Amino acid sequence: MKPIVLELREASRAPVDMSPLAPDRLQGMRAKKISAVRLWTGNRQVPVGDLFNVSGEDHARLVIQNATASLERIGAGMVTGQIEVEGNAGSYLGRDMRGGQIRVRGDCGAFCASAMHAGLIEIDGNADDFLGAAVTGERQGMRGGMVLVRGNVGDRTGDRMRRGMILIEGSAGDFCCSRMVAGTVAVLGDMGHGIGVGMRRGSLLLAIDPGAFPATFVDTGAHSLGFLALWARQFRGLDSKFAHLDPARQRVNRYVGDLANDGQGEILVWVKDPSHTPA
Amino acid sequence: MIINGVEIEDTFAEAFDMRATRIVITAINFKWARHAAVTMTGFATSIIGCGVEAGIERVLHGDETPDGRPGVAVLLFATSSKVLAKQLETRVGQCVLTCPTTAVFAGLEGDEKIPLGKNVRYFGDGFQSSKIIDGKRFWRIPVMDGEFLCEEETARTTAVGGGNFLVLARTMSQALLASEAAIDAIYRLPHVIMPFPGGGVRSGSKVGSKYKALPASTNDAYCPTLKGLAGSRLSPDIGAAMEIVIDGLTDDDVRHAMRTGIQAVCALGTSEGIVRITASNFGGKLGAHHFHLTEIMGEADSS
Repeated sequence: MKPIVLELREASRAPVDMSPLAPDRLQGMRAKKISAVRLWTGNRQVPVGDLFNVSGEDHARLVIQNATASLERIGAGMVTGQIEVEGNAGSYLGRDMRGGQIRVRGDCGAFCASAMHAGLIEIDGNADDFLGAAVTGERQGMRGGMVLVRGNVGDRTGDRMRRGMILIEGSAGDFCCSRMVAGTVAVLGDMGHGIGVGMRRGSLLLAIDPGAFPATFVDTGAHSLGFLALWARQFRGLDSKFAHLDPARQRVNRYVGDLANDGQGEILVWVKDPSHTPA
Repeated sequence: MIINGVEIEDTFAEAFDMRATRIVITAINFKWARHAAVTMTGFATSIIGCGVEAGIERVLHGDETPDGRPGVAVLLFATSSKVLAKQLETRVGQCVLTCPTTAVFAGLEGDEKIPLGKNVRYFGDGFQSSKIIDGKRFWRIPVMDGEFLCEEETARTTAVGGGNFLVLARTMSQALLASEAAIDAIYRLPHVIMPFPGGGVRSGSKVGSKYKALPASTNDAYCPTLKGLAGSRLSPDIGAAMEIVIDGLTDDDVRHAMRTGIQAVCALGTSEGIVRITASNFGGKLGAHHFHLTEIMGEADSS
């Protein structure tokens, strides 16, 4: 069966709320009926058919072609199924997601995975600010599931994040893991400033030593942490640089903080030469 | 039934329904994993006085353990899930947490869970933290050699405890040697343990006693120093008896282990002083599992 394909006819200047088009909400609908679904765009509602050419019948898979950053809330609240975005995605991608998978071939906008509970989001390009963060008025950001970004991420990644995992193959902007409640963020590239400010619990793993940490983090020295073996092994099937992490590489410098805010969080920086790992 | 000159008595071993769990202990090397396993399975010979029956199931190489370090699989058996959970918790807390470099993981999958690190984590006094990896929660507890890593829970399962057979030989040393041969053979099998010291029991017991306070007492029918008295089951040529008790995850596991052990004993034969193989039961009324020796060894013949 062919996946349901939504081909954007022309880029819309007004943002389009794509959340009604989650795969689980299209169950039993034919292309014609999907074309009649009304989407909010700016301050009015328009039928899907006015914006997209719709084809295909496999409800478990949704492909959005010619996608642009004006397509917001793609996969918001989705429970099952797969969404593939050919192009860029707008803000709030996978917000409040409860399961299933989203893959974006390009970049995504701000607040991707905010309030996400479960599932997998893969971004082949870059993610904008507030990845996995709490939106204004919410106490918690991402609450579960996994986000993999193959490019770079903006500022405030994991802000108020509660649980789950964010893997970043590229670099992170400023204030990564600020006010983090718990969960895990790993960055293979460079870091901006203000790392972990206000962090309560949770772990931030870094492949490159950023050199400077906020004054409210304390250096506890180098340690071999057994959980990193299990942690690295879970990525073996993943199409990512993280799949090549050596489970034996457990030696990290551990910085604990933010001591101004509970101080139960940690920033772990992999020690460069793992041959120094004691047997 | 006679195998290699050894009589297989037409009787049965009586075993009981139990609750069991498996955990995996790893450490920096096999030596320290074994220290933890030996300690936590110490004083765990019989549910009568120890709460659980426990033992080392097998040695695990690095490629078989969750964290890639050498380890040991341990099986624990108890009469109820509640006792099993309590014993697991105290033994992990006192014997594995304390043992240098160890980590402990679930060794069974299943829906019925019992706590492993769930309560041990409080030893961390607020400095503990958890990570969910592949849907399972692991606790990291700061300790003086780094971190004690333990999985939140393990699964429990129904199991069979008390499978057994007795080796009757001309002399004590012959009975002991034959028992060791059986224990060595059974030790290679998965899913079973022999909870008594070194796998052997010399104080087989019967139900009841002349003393009201005791629920069980010496199995006088098989005590060589009482040979010839009324009730003795030993012929004049028998100098000693040894029992091997087997707990297993399933009826088939115990059956297979009994067959393997008896075969090892029979292979020594009459020339090594082995006279008879029998088994311990309580008339068949107490235990749900009856392992008839001739049936078990008959299966071996046909296979």
